[in-house]
Amino acid sequence: MKWLRNYIDKIKPTFEEGGKLWFLKSTFEAFETFLFTPNKTTQRGAHIRDYVDLKRTMFIVIIALIPSLLFGMFNVGYQYYKAQGISASYLQMFYFGFLKVLPIIIVTYITGLGIEFFFAQIRKHEVNEGFLVTGLLIPLIMPVNVPLWIVAVATAFAVIFGKEVYGGTGMNVFNPALLARAFVFFAYPKVISGDFPWIYNLQNIKVVDGFSGATPLANAAAHQIEKIPDNLTLFIGLIPGSIGETSKIAILLGAFILLFTGVASWRTMISVFVGGIFMSLILNLIGINPYMTISPLTQILMGGFMFGAVFMATDPVTSAQTNTGKYIYGFLIGVLAILIRVLNPAYPEGMMLAILFMNAFAPLIDYYIIQNNIRKRLARTKNATL
Amino acid sequence: MENKEPLFSAKIKKTFLEPLNINNPITIQILGICSALAVTVKFKPALVMAISVVVVTGFSNLIIALLRNTIPMRIRIIVQLTVIATLVIIVDQILKAFVYDVSKQLSVFVGLIITNCIVMGRLEAFAMANKPWPSFVDGIANGLGYGIILIIVAFFREILGNGTILNEKIIPDFLYNAGYLNNGLVILPPMALIFIGIIIWVQRGVLIKKK
Repeated sequence: MKWLRNYIDKIKPTFEEGGKLWFLKSTFEAFETFLFTPNKTTQRGAHIRDYVDLKRTMFIVIIALIPSLLFGMFNVGYQYYKAQGISASYLQMFYFGFLKVLPIIIVTYITGLGIEFFFAQIRKHEVNEGFLVTGLLIPLIMPVNVPLWIVAVATAFAVIFGKEVYGGTGMNVFNPALLARAFVFFAYPKVISGDFPWIYNLQNIKVVDGFSGATPLANAAAHQIEKIPDNLTLFIGLIPGSIGETSKIAILLGAFILLFTGVASWRTMISVFVGGIFMSLILNLIGINPYMTISPLTQILMGGFMFGAVFMATDPVTSAQTNTGKYIYGFLIGVLAILIRVLNPAYPEGMMLAILFMNAFAPLIDYYIIQNNIRKRLARTKNATL
Repeated sequence: MENKEPLFSAKIKKTFLEPLNINNPITIQILGICSALAVTVKFKPALVMAISVVVVTGFSNLIIALLRNTIPMRIRIIVQLTVIATLVIIVDQILKAFVYDVSKQLSVFVGLIITNCIVMGRLEAFAMANKPWPSFVDGIANGLGYGIILIIVAFFREILGNGTILNEKIIPDFLYNAGYLNNGLVILPPMALIFIGIIIWVQRGVLIKKK
């Protein structure tokens, strides 16, 4: 690696102030710190340096997403061949899915990073790493059939209006990846709802009898409970759905990595599940339509609930910051996700809306937790001095 | 006449130009947002709405400026409202008589010009203290400042949301055949807010640079 370091040091002056390519300084710095740990030290004040900086944290999330991504690629191929009744080897299925998913990932990264670099450049900021994760999350929550230009538009919308207007990474109110999905959902509902988007090119291929591209959530929303696959199938995830959300095994693997490394908050994650189960139980008690009678386990295995709980709700920027706040925030996400899903058939994916909704409320939750704490401590000091 | 000021003095010019840019009622004072979100789905209603507001702000400013010395301070709001309401009803009746379909699309929003903060704000801030001619110019300019934003927003919303301008197809068919879709979000009110946000963003960016 020595030659790389030397090369970077050699071209560095061109990007320093007064150099020829000074206007590209942030871009240069981004690549330099991407390749090597920065050796800059702070001038004053005591700072604890940790190797787990923002870039490394983001990388752990990326690693945690890889099982879902690989399984998603495989599932795209699996569903495609299954729909036509063609037998294919596992490798063939994976390769097919790989070819279909890769362009979506490339488009997302090019659009998103392009905008990030552009804004960093005109603001003379460093380029932040936040988009590395967002750029992988967006493809994972899109249907495989989504047109690439829509991916680009949605990514641009999410990065500009979800992040840059608030001041960039770490300042955003809403989860950018979910914002991209919400944008597609409201702007181009045809490409992300119904039975066709989830399997590659389903409109044009010859489908075997009895095959339907409907997702379990669509079945449930249509009150066709008997069509929902059993829990084991939902768990394994060879079902139609967004690219990364189907396999709960892969998601749990990711959850394990995130929790083991301490990157994601277990408080948020667990309380989302508790909220979802709690709400499903209440709906079971009411039970006036078939959707309400679905068992809590099936509810949390369906759709993007688990993916949202593990990768979206735990986003450290947009979730509540206080520990008590995290419990409330997660619990309400779980409750709202099931509530929206069951009571409003127009929005089958309640998880997306629930998380975005609670993103908006997270600062408020934190505010009341902190105020409450201040009041308690104030009362305590008063009592102590008396 | 005691007023020897020329009809288009530098001061009048300033009164006219300020509301169009550095003192725009929507983007700087953030007034009249409600109707800006509601009537900007299509170009034509926005255009009609803009003209209606220009007429109302212009003439209410003129009338109040003429009456300003005779209005008792304590009941000025009621007098102002009477003038505005009368003008709005005249505009509404004219719209109903000549462009009925647009009038139906605008529905309550023409009537709601009465409560539009811009109109009342200009009366209080300008017409009560100035002569009729500057007041008239101020009213027209504020109406135009409001109208410009409405028209810009409506232009983008109609072309992105429906692919048309004034119901004429703008986006060519081959784009649709290539997979282009109209954006459904643009038709919803949140996107109007975002468009106004973009205009404010660009405008402030330019203004700050000038300083």
